[in-house]
Amino acid sequence: MSNQSVIDRTQWPLWEIFIRSKQGLDHKHAGSLHAADAQMAIENARDVYTRRMEGVSIWVVESKHIHASNPDEAASFYDPANDKVYRHPTFYDLPDELKHM
Amino acid sequence: MSVQDLEKIFQDKIDADIRIEPKDWMPDAYRKTLVRQMSQHAHSEIVGMLPEANWITRAPTLRRKAILIAKVQDEAGHGLYLYSATETLGTGREELLEQLHTGKAKYSSIFNYPTLTWADMGAIGWLVDGAAIMNQVPLCRASYGPYARAMVRICKEESFHQRQGFEILVTLSKGSEAQRRMCQDAINRWWWPSVMMFGPNDDASPNSAQSMQWKIKRFSNDELRQKFVDVSAAQVKLLGMTLPDPDLVWNEEKQHYDFGAIDWDEFWNVIKGNGPCNMERLEARVKAHEEGAWVRDAALAYADKVSRNTVKKEIA
Repeated sequence: MSNQSVIDRTQWPLWEIFIRSKQGLDHKHAGSLHAADAQMAIENARDVYTRRMEGVSIWVVESKHIHASNPDEAASFYDPANDKVYRHPTFYDLPDELKHM
Repeated sequence: MSVQDLEKIFQDKIDADIRIEPKDWMPDAYRKTLVRQMSQHAHSEIVGMLPEANWITRAPTLRRKAILIAKVQDEAGHGLYLYSATETLGTGREELLEQLHTGKAKYSSIFNYPTLTWADMGAIGWLVDGAAIMNQVPLCRASYGPYARAMVRICKEESFHQRQGFEILVTLSKGSEAQRRMCQDAINRWWWPSVMMFGPNDDASPNSAQSMQWKIKRFSNDELRQKFVDVSAAQVKLLGMTLPDPDLVWNEEKQHYDFGAIDWDEFWNVIKGNGPCNMERLEARVKAHEEGAWVRDAALAYADKVSRNTVKKEIA
């Protein structure tokens, strides 16, 4: 955090919350909340997003640190994958008698 | 790309049931409608804590007290899910709260009625939360992604609220004569305001058609209201109580209950600020916000101090 933002801010910053619902699964975005610092964000996330045992682990990231792809450019951005059906196993024409594949 | 083209792409997405996400292009009116509806909903959750908090200290047993605290805490959480979702549309939390505190933004009128007896906790859970669920379940499929996701979370938790309310009424309905009277009295007072929660009749709800086209709304006010009346009219029988409507009667032909005329003057009057508790609710909210200011400031000051010390250590 820069000194500039320390001086400027009067509101608690926004944090994005990621929850692992059980061991072995990925953390998944659950929502966002305001908190003064990371520790408070984790505690608030516990109170808000895991009141019914929905989580065993919490990640918090200040929202300003999230960079996202631009939805307006989605068509061209994902275009390279459009014409490559051969990347999918179902693309291949194999004899029906073939087993275990 | 022209605005017409963008609008066409937008509406095509909606028609194809593709969710709109925060960074997608959307018409200003869609954004404005969502901010209004979602923030109003968030405010309702927050103000809705007040009538029930009134009974936490006077809950009849520890079990009821623990349940009521958990329920009120859920309402705070629901408010937060919705504020966060609203913030994705570019309106900050501070601004949303400002709109509530100055009276510029509305919240559900139902919370401007007083909670006079313990039975009101039961009637609120059964009827008010019941009506809310009826409204909210279709919103889980609303076209705006963050709103729909918040609603999924809320609906999962709302069911406990309704069931605990009905359980309170079941207990009272099996109690003493005085308890049964209290139960009926609470139902009498909460019934009509709950029926009004679905908003004006369809022919008096000018924005509904647009919200339907945008798939923010999936059913009309009157459709949802009818469903609520049908369900409640059947449920009240289990309590051995009645709903305060002499015109409530099963219509074999329609396969629905007919019900009496709604007092819309009362509805508009409460919306305009003349309900029994409008002033009190807003004052309590503003007071809580102002008296909490030092906590927010202290937390920020502490966070800043810790971060400065961390920077110093890193430099050293």
